[in-house]
Amino acid sequence: MEDIGNLMHGFAVALTWKNTVFMFVGILLGVLIGVLPGLGGANGIAILLPLTFSMPPTSAIIMLSCIYWGALFGGAITSVLFNIPGEPWSVATTFDGYPMAQKGRAGEALTAAFTSSFVGAFFAIVLITFLAPLVAKFALQFGPPEYFAIQFLTFASFVGMGREPPVKTIASMMIGFALAAVGIDTVTGTLRMTYGLPTLLQGFDFLIAVIGLFGLGEIFLTMEEGLSFKGKSGRIDPKVVLKTWAELPRYWATSLRSCVIGCWMGITPGGATPASFMSYGMARRFAKRKEKFGEGEIEGVVAPETAAHAAGTSALLPMLTLGIPGSPTAAVLLGGLLIWGLQPGPLLFVEKKDFVWGLIASMYLGNIVGLLVVLTTVPWWASILRIPFAIIAPIIVVICAIGAYTVHNNMFDVVMMVVFGVVGYVFKKLKYPLAPFVLALVLGDMAETAFRQSMLVSGGNVGVFWSNWLVGSIVTLGIVILLWPMMVALRERARGRPAGTGA
Amino acid sequence: MKSSLRRTFVAAGLTVAVAASFPALAAWEPTKPVEFIVPAGTGGGADQMARFIQGVVAKNNLMKQPLIVVNKSGGAGAEGFLEVKNAKGDPNKIIITLSNLFTTPLATGVPFNWKDLTPVAMLALDEFVLWVNAESPYKTPADYMAAIKAADNGKYKMAGTGSKQEDQIITVAIDKATGKKLTYVPFKGGGDVAVQLVGKHVDSSVNNPIEAVAHWRAGALRPLCVFDTQPMAYTAKVTATQAWGDIPTCKSQGLDVEYLMLRGIFMPSGVTQDQVDFYVDLFKKVRATPEWKKFTEDGAFKNTFMTGKEFADWAAAAEKHHKQLMQEAGFIAK
Amino acid sequence: MAEKNDASPGAVIQTRWMEVAVGLLIALLGLLAVVDSHRVGAAWAEDGPQSGYFPNIIGWILIACGLWVAFQQARRWRQDGAKVFVTLQDFKPVLAMVLPTIGYVILIGLIGIYVSSIIFIAGFMLFQGKYRWLPTLLISVSVPVALFVLFEIWFLVPLPKGPVEHLLGY
Repeated sequence: MEDIGNLMHGFAVALTWKNTVFMFVGILLGVLIGVLPGLGGANGIAILLPLTFSMPPTSAIIMLSCIYWGALFGGAITSVLFNIPGEPWSVATTFDGYPMAQKGRAGEALTAAFTSSFVGAFFAIVLITFLAPLVAKFALQFGPPEYFAIQFLTFASFVGMGREPPVKTIASMMIGFALAAVGIDTVTGTLRMTYGLPTLLQGFDFLIAVIGLFGLGEIFLTMEEGLSFKGKSGRIDPKVVLKTWAELPRYWATSLRSCVIGCWMGITPGGATPASFMSYGMARRFAKRKEKFGEGEIEGVVAPETAAHAAGTSALLPMLTLGIPGSPTAAVLLGGLLIWGLQPGPLLFVEKKDFVWGLIASMYLGNIVGLLVVLTTVPWWASILRIPFAIIAPIIVVICAIGAYTVHNNMFDVVMMVVFGVVGYVFKKLKYPLAPFVLALVLGDMAETAFRQSMLVSGGNVGVFWSNWLVGSIVTLGIVILLWPMMVALRERARGRPAGTGA
Repeated sequence: MKSSLRRTFVAAGLTVAVAASFPALAAWEPTKPVEFIVPAGTGGGADQMARFIQGVVAKNNLMKQPLIVVNKSGGAGAEGFLEVKNAKGDPNKIIITLSNLFTTPLATGVPFNWKDLTPVAMLALDEFVLWVNAESPYKTPADYMAAIKAADNGKYKMAGTGSKQEDQIITVAIDKATGKKLTYVPFKGGGDVAVQLVGKHVDSSVNNPIEAVAHWRAGALRPLCVFDTQPMAYTAKVTATQAWGDIPTCKSQGLDVEYLMLRGIFMPSGVTQDQVDFYVDLFKKVRATPEWKKFTEDGAFKNTFMTGKEFADWAAAAEKHHKQLMQEAGFIAK
Repeated sequence: MAEKNDASPGAVIQTRWMEVAVGLLIALLGLLAVVDSHRVGAAWAEDGPQSGYFPNIIGWILIACGLWVAFQQARRWRQDGAKVFVTLQDFKPVLAMVLPTIGYVILIGLIGIYVSSIIFIAGFMLFQGKYRWLPTLLISVSVPVALFVLFEIWFLVPLPKGPVEHLLGY
């Protein structure tokens, strides 16, 4: 096959000594960027971009894309250790990763997260290698109705009856939607709910809410329970990696499903963050022990991480073939391509074969290198939990503050972070679930925009959501998934048995 | 690994120090890193240009202090403009503008105006081109206009970036020229708009050249005309048969609409002339680099450079023009 | 967590009060959404929903949910009298975190993030951790300095700075 030949040629390009060094540097920087909520992949790439002018474009893009991989890996670390997602796509990882760390299984959670990330990315790269042109054509099928359908499906697959009171689940979700609507309305360009305050122009960023609700909220809760992390692990076993690996193959089904979800969301492009939520929701739905989700199930780490990484990787495909970046980081990479005189688009694969296949080869290599780097650091990361709370707590607050500030370079966001911290504390104690809040904040704006664009296109006709097989099947699937728990419950009741326990 | 990285940084630092030891001509120089504010999101046209300039400045050691690109896109760019407006007298802040300098205060009522800023330099003007899908039957603007006129209001869909901004202003102008209403569908970025058109989810777009060039070259999009008084100045072939310069003006094709977008640099008010001169000089140097030449050619920018009073006069005229256009379109916030 | 029943009366915040307060706040938030939605138009126009259409619906649902929570709690006012949101004893350490954090954020606005961080970390270590001066100084200074190098020098991310940083030329 011609592709294989090209790929081998790509490996030859990528595997020079110099490029391998750049790969390591990129991964390390990327992990650092991923760990600190204040630095996004976009920062790292944008700032290193000028430095990379002295290199040939292929080396430069290898190093820059390795920063991207590193950031994807690194985002999970603070989610697991401190309940603070380093990157938006690792929010869902906190749901089970953090409880695992609390129970002294931080090493396992990190290993599972890193390994799953690798599996997801690998799956996506194979897809890119062999199906790139086909996939690019598929991405073109997506207009506004299809986008909305995807958002709806994400939403449907995540929402289910939790243990919390339904009215509080709905309230929490609606608060998320309400906050998502603050700021400028993309469709008409009018300001909504800003009440004349210039600070509200930019709206509520999801990352600030998450840092406050999860990160600070958790610190407040920990304070209440005394000055120590619950069940802090005393010793870190370097063999934890192998032990976890022995356990992981059991979750092959979850893994595979998450890979598919991730790639689908990366290409369409729903993005890595919704992908992680959708994957987590699906994993919970199909799991045998659903009621354990949220209490430290390793499957609850595997699912979102696999999907996020698969999505993050496959999002590069529409960027390269169509010039539409699937994430802000990809957008900056795109800027880099332009500066080197590389025009992303359908012709890139034809005109710049060396570059494209070098990049694809570096994806394989970068992820392998990345996995090795992060796995060797697992015991080291896990040992951070041994630092006394009186030292680590203020440092976490400082890092949260930096993270909140850098989202918009705005002090108001830091203030909001503290408000969200208090809200997180109160909500947790009053049993308002936080996950629907966050999901609504992520999806609210995108979903509303897509819906209204669809209405503009169709002249206000809701039938547009069943106007072709693609959008029709996604929407129908979403409705089925949304109603499934209710149907099951009804059937069970009809048989005279009590409805499923708590799930 | 970290040490090798640090070495790179030290090396970079040294080069800057060496470059700086030569006597400087300008009386004033930035004493700390300069924030380069982009009142738009990452990946858009303004962002690409800002990051490109950041790269050129760093690569050619044009400035002692680094240039840091900061995106402040909230409220259709109002966030970035307000920041500069409130940074009176701060010479370490510059902002790159697009048309939202004029449209955002009019459309949202957020209180700022270009007069709250100090004009530094116009770098270039960005062109707008009317695009249709290459598989559509329209070969000339006249074909497309005839189809719009023959159909019902709102049948033809125009995709564009943002709402009540340049793309929609042009769309309204086309409405006026044809007497029929186009359905305007706003998207977040120019790249998205081009892909929506390639995927045939809309009928046309008014993308900037740089946003659509890849799809044009791939044979997926077709340019009909450019919204300018004369054809673009670039004669090198972009596709097998056509150059940017081969695209006729819309006016010559019977669609009397003109629009150009400012890509310019502003500073906060209350800065000294020395400080303005430093940046004027800096951007002159940027524009003299071969990288800039290639960048403007790829993006088919209109290379007009203006500073001082000339630029201020241009901005005043542009503001008036936008006010009139927005008034006619009914986009002014009450 | 919320159902501890062993506290002496008077020294607790009762869950029922919190429930009602949060419920009413949620309703208020909903009201804000509804009011503004009507300003921008909350109808379904011929080309689809207007700016305020969805926020309006969301607002009404919020009002309904908030009032429902408050109402439910009011109905069970007597039964829930013993439920404790937090005892004063447990709440003190929470305040010991919340109040300094608020102070820290105010300080950031005044003197920049780096110096505030030194004060904040040092204060917490001294008063909460009962550390000696030396380790306190070591950690509280080294962390912000490391962050400074990382953000301002390496990644060129400008964070809020105050007079001390200006003196150093930043």
